[in-house]
Amino acid sequence: MAEIPTNLTANPPVNAEPVEMLLNMGPQHPSTHGVFRMVLWVDGEKIVDVEPHIGYLHRGSEKLCEGEQYHQVITLFDRLDYVANFNNELVYCQAVEKLMGLEVPERAEYVRVILCELNRIASHLLYVGTIGLDAGAMTPTMFAFRGRERIQSVFEAVSGARMMHNYFRIGGIKEDLPDNFEQLIAELLPLLREDVEESDRILTFNEIFLTRLKDVGTISAEEAIDFGFTGPCLRGCGIEYDVRKAQPYSIYDRFDFDIPIGLDGDCWDRHWVRVREMYESLKIIEQALEQMPGGEVVSSLGRRLIRPPAGEVYMRAENPRGEIGVHLISNGTDRPYRLKVRPPSFCNLSAIRRLLTDSWIADSVVILGSLDIVLGEVDR
Amino acid sequence: MLNSVKGMMLTLASTFQGLRKPVTREYPKAPTPVQPRFMGFPALTWDNDVGEPFCTGCMVCIRNCPTQCMSASMMDNPLQQEGQSHRRKIVDYFEINLNRCILCGICVEVCNFDAIVMSHEHEMSTYERNGDRVALPALLEIGQKYQRETNWIPPTVLAKAKKDAEDATKAAEEAKAETAAAVQEAD
Repeated sequence: MAEIPTNLTANPPVNAEPVEMLLNMGPQHPSTHGVFRMVLWVDGEKIVDVEPHIGYLHRGSEKLCEGEQYHQVITLFDRLDYVANFNNELVYCQAVEKLMGLEVPERAEYVRVILCELNRIASHLLYVGTIGLDAGAMTPTMFAFRGRERIQSVFEAVSGARMMHNYFRIGGIKEDLPDNFEQLIAELLPLLREDVEESDRILTFNEIFLTRLKDVGTISAEEAIDFGFTGPCLRGCGIEYDVRKAQPYSIYDRFDFDIPIGLDGDCWDRHWVRVREMYESLKIIEQALEQMPGGEVVSSLGRRLIRPPAGEVYMRAENPRGEIGVHLISNGTDRPYRLKVRPPSFCNLSAIRRLLTDSWIADSVVILGSLDIVLGEVDR
Repeated sequence: MLNSVKGMMLTLASTFQGLRKPVTREYPKAPTPVQPRFMGFPALTWDNDVGEPFCTGCMVCIRNCPTQCMSASMMDNPLQQEGQSHRRKIVDYFEINLNRCILCGICVEVCNFDAIVMSHEHEMSTYERNGDRVALPALLEIGQKYQRETNWIPPTVLAKAKKDAEDATKAAEEAKAETAAAVQEAD
């Protein structure tokens, strides 16, 4: 059997005639994680240039927000990053609360944190499954989806829906946790830890996986900051930046957790950061369950119409994909005057041209997968 | 070559380590159970005591719906004129376009009469484009099915019972404290 060449990044022979070919990838390609289209100019197996096309999932969410009342906008935020619904609801609710100067009941804050961290694990498990598929591994997908399914059935018991929850409210949450929640979560957590460990064990240090991901899609810390990277993509470059620590919102300052960082900023580092983050989220959930007080969870506003005072506010939070920001302008009516979302996926995706140029076609799928984009958020 | 074998051994080992019962269900053949709080399509409830819908057609759910998927109208209640019901107005016409509905549950939250519920109904594909525009009789039917299956009690009744019980325990405690104080004083 012929030796597999290891120096795949070497330049093509000098005397070879460069022939450029146009390769259209997407929007219906299964590895673009949604309806994302890339036009690749390729020279043999090498990518010369990339032109990303977005907007296939554009629903005009920001404009729609201007026509909806404040309590109805939560349903639109569910559909932005449709893998991490609770995290999206949280940042919007916090923006309005900040504008109104509203106090959230203590228990509601804990419920929110527990659900958000569970959602972060669910999102990262989905990522682990899809990066496995992108790198050619089928088994981790099955394991990861099993874990995600368990989280989602708990979500269903709590909020009534597996994905589009509409459970957080401005100033609180919709209703208290179900009576059997303690039993549900006590059953879930050991199984979940097992699932996370299993997907970690089968994939992270697998030789084939390492070969596919190590030193692929490398980006330096300076460049990552210039592109506006946040979240695991930035931490993969070795920068210890997490909104939960840098500017603690909600009650994140009460928990003891670490920020995992990578070294080189390649695909594997981004993967490793996400896997470690799942363990950290489990730590936060355990602490939150211990500290959780009793009491009221419903907003002090009751069912009154929400009319924040005129003014503007910017609120940011740590999504599984990075820093999500909400810029909300109110003119004192019952509907937002303008609402701008800073989506982490969109900013992370902006580096796709820099990452893909001069890489191999076979690596393009892995690089895109390691950015972990959600098109609902990119296009809005 | 060796690396590939090592990777495959890892997968194989993990597969045997993970040998357990399958968690998948053969969904269309074996229906998956839903949680008690599951939010399926909205439906209207039936007041069994009087024999009429709870809904008065007040339109508060319609005004609060983010997707404008409902429409309704009200009429004078004939049963009230006969003295059987306390509702002066009653729903005349109600339609929900379930294709537009996003199952957010806002309508249930804003309803003042416990008239609308998120039922457990969720498999409602039809062949016609407008096949999921459901009118009042069908909505009441789904609602009654939900009421039967879950032994539904109106939320306001539940809340009142809970408040009464709390008040009772509070009063009992106060009375107990008073007697204790009286006993102490007597001593």
